[in-house]
Amino acid sequence: MTTLIDPALTAVNGPREGAFGNATHLVCRACGAEGPLGPFYACMECFGPLEVGYAFPEITREQIEAGPRSIWRYAPLLPVPADIATFRSTDPGFTRLVDAGNLAADLGLKRLWVKDDSGNPTHSFKDRVVAVALSAARELGLKVLACPSTGNLANAVAAAAARAGIRSVVLVPENLEKQKILASAVYDTTLIAIEGTYDDVNKLASEIAGEEEGWAFVNVNVRPYYAEGSKTLAYEIAEQLGWRLPDQIVIPVASGSQLTKIDKGIGELIKLGLVEDKPVKIFGAQATGCSPIAQAYRAGQDVVAPVKPNTIAKSLAIGNPADGPYVLDVVRRTGGLIADVDDTVVVENIQRLARTEGIFAETAGGVTIGVTAKLIADGVLDPEAETVVINSGDGLKTLDAVADKVGPKTTIAPSYEAFAEFWKGRRP
Amino acid sequence: MSASVRIPTILRNYTGGVGEVTADGSTLGEVLESLEANHPGIRSRVLDDAGALRRFVNVYVGDEDVRFVGGLEAPVSDGAKISIIPAVAGG
Repeated sequence: MTTLIDPALTAVNGPREGAFGNATHLVCRACGAEGPLGPFYACMECFGPLEVGYAFPEITREQIEAGPRSIWRYAPLLPVPADIATFRSTDPGFTRLVDAGNLAADLGLKRLWVKDDSGNPTHSFKDRVVAVALSAARELGLKVLACPSTGNLANAVAAAAARAGIRSVVLVPENLEKQKILASAVYDTTLIAIEGTYDDVNKLASEIAGEEEGWAFVNVNVRPYYAEGSKTLAYEIAEQLGWRLPDQIVIPVASGSQLTKIDKGIGELIKLGLVEDKPVKIFGAQATGCSPIAQAYRAGQDVVAPVKPNTIAKSLAIGNPADGPYVLDVVRRTGGLIADVDDTVVVENIQRLARTEGIFAETAGGVTIGVTAKLIADGVLDPEAETVVINSGDGLKTLDAVADKVGPKTTIAPSYEAFAEFWKGRRP
Repeated sequence: MSASVRIPTILRNYTGGVGEVTADGSTLGEVLESLEANHPGIRSRVLDDAGALRRFVNVYVGDEDVRFVGGLEAPVSDGAKISIIPAVAGG
């Protein structure tokens, strides 16, 4: 096992050779200004988000298939060193792509797959982004892993830091689901509950990131690297479909980072010749109680006015989504759109996915399936087209959503007679 | 009216490396004018060529995002704390 990079050495010498693999620079998504790789996240020219740029060598399917059954099989496509798999991480990814025939029939689709990221180490897609952010933090000599979070990210940061043997600090809104608070605190992280919304927590994290030396706020000062982790969803979907792309993908949207990076990942697969070039329509899914990007889409705008969130889908409750304008760009460019469904529909669709495919999704999954159903009903989604939906997290973290909807069918005395009386009208 | 303004790391080259400065004004627009007078060049980093807040910068007066309270016309009371923060990814 390789030891951690010495922060003192990194501070003096800069990151080691190959610290970021095939990544070569940071580039502003808004104005195109370029800069060196480092702990930078906002453009010096226009405040726009910085993204990682690469000089990819030739990469083959066989090379990828020979890699570990985790996101590290795609290491050459990520800003991580070639020896990344020798470091302690949660080794997320390569989650199942479920051929969802029952749900497809229920929804009226011909072919449907659910990319089920509840199978990650802390049961959400956030393990992907955190693993890449942890690598960047390590290579940059940062010593504390931190985040503002709606829950899933806090779980992922706390677990990844525990595994890597470094300190972590996670900031969450105090009204977060209890399961998500416990599922972070159990890793002995420094969990701080904040009296406010996620957007208040986010603001505080940015202020702390500006003051504390040596901290890696995964979605603030190492954001360019963190965000790249979501590309692995696109890589896996393509590989698991036999190195080909689906026709349409429905993706849950909070800040919009995941959707834009899935689009980026698709572009890279095509550019590298790993899949056949074909159009993929990308659709976004929001909860009506926090749907600033869907509202901007419907209004034909390219800026997103912030909202005050009010939805049970707390993992999507970001009222001021940083990547909102780029979500609008992606869905419009690909021929998709972004829509929303209310909380009642969210709960119904958590149950629908569980009933049809045996997948218990968190509220964000209910949002995605709900929007998928709505788009079919509205004649927007092509029922003949091959469709993938993303389930980003696990229903065990958002039990309250279904607590008064499901439960025992009956309570009976422990006797066969009582059972028989109950079962009488239920025989198949 | 005097307010304290928290400066993000990427703008501290305008404030001599200082993370918090004071500025005068009864609206956010006036505060930015006062900031510009003391730290030339900083306003054009926060506002775009049309004079509107840049798309990827969030400004708060107290705990309130100014886009909810009038943008550049947002009232600033004496002793208010203003924060300028680059937009960040979700969590």
